[in-house]
Amino acid sequence: MPEEVTSLKSAAQQFDEETLIRRIRDGEHDLFYELIRPYERRVYAAAFAILRNEADAEDVAQEAVLKAFKHIRQFRAEARFSTWLIQITVNEARMRRRKEHAHMIQPIIDHQDEEGNYSPRDFADWREVPLETLERKEVRQKLAEALASLGEKYREVFVLRDVQHLSIEETAKTLGISPASVKTRLLRARLMLRDLLAPGLGGSWSTKLSFAKGTNPW
Amino acid sequence: MVVNCEEVWREISNYLEEDVDPGLRAAMEEHIRGCKRCTAVLDGMRNVVQLYGDERMLEVPLGFSHRLQRRVEENMPGSRRGFLGWMVAAAAAVLVAGGLEVARSSVFSHPELRAEHAQPGAGVPPDMLVVVSTDGKTFHAAGCPFIHDKAHIRTIAAREAEREGYAPCVRCMKKYLTA
Repeated sequence: MPEEVTSLKSAAQQFDEETLIRRIRDGEHDLFYELIRPYERRVYAAAFAILRNEADAEDVAQEAVLKAFKHIRQFRAEARFSTWLIQITVNEARMRRRKEHAHMIQPIIDHQDEEGNYSPRDFADWREVPLETLERKEVRQKLAEALASLGEKYREVFVLRDVQHLSIEETAKTLGISPASVKTRLLRARLMLRDLLAPGLGGSWSTKLSFAKGTNPW
Repeated sequence: MVVNCEEVWREISNYLEEDVDPGLRAAMEEHIRGCKRCTAVLDGMRNVVQLYGDERMLEVPLGFSHRLQRRVEENMPGSRRGFLGWMVAAAAAVLVAGGLEVARSSVFSHPELRAEHAQPGAGVPPDMLVVVSTDGKTFHAAGCPFIHDKAHIRTIAAREAEREGYAPCVRCMKKYLTA
């Protein structure tokens, strides 16, 4: 089986995305789902990170995928297809959010001064957390909750860079901000998440969350 | 160059990105080596990046893939599903409403493929272990990159997969396709 799997994997890798896109453009529309399938979870995650609501995220994910099909001729090969798809999703999700929350006042957390200094909390050592920890649903849940608690501008940058693995430049372009802003927000997002998660992951989620007192040096 | 904690924190994210110049990098490394707090901040941030970057964090609601695929198929130009889908759904509703148990039993005795246009397999070794996902339509070899919805997969014998209406994956099970 392992040999078979290895050869199958390499065969699958040879299945060229560009060829698939060309064939879809040439009218083989049935192949479109095959093209987006490897990215469908990422599309949903991008929509959810912005909307924080399962139903809206699913609807926006579907709309984004249909939009990608509609505009597939506009896709330029110099970008990665996945990045292009995520950019469409982010635009759709932001449009939905604007439409539905136009009457609402921005949450206070989003007015945080991103240029201000942030002092990370002073926790004891946090050794490497094995990735197997993610097998536990409650851990994934805690991570999702921590991410959802961040202000919008930090959440968007973090999700594009650290969850979707877009580059700094791609993240900047997608959000219409400068690469310098991406870096500043990314720093803040990573520090805040570290502070939110360190007590639980450093010890155990089952023990009481004990936030150590941070000492602010300035 | 000597840096203090505050300066390390300001650049620590860029440090992880390997986006600081060599002089600053060396100074940061020197500081972090001797500073327990900055070591903890760096380790914590590294953990955050690794955990959130893992594919397991990409969770989707149950049935998401299936609904997306259906929506895509219904919206393809020239797709018969757009119209026929409604007809089939309406016919199914009538059957269910009528409580036609006969219809149900016939489905169980002659399993239909989950995918409308899929090809059934031929010569699939019945005891071969294959991977299926709850909302998927095809069965795969373990490790196939086309496995649908990896969060909800089961490993079962090929005969079970076929009985449940799964068709061979067109990539990893190509040799078992009939056409």
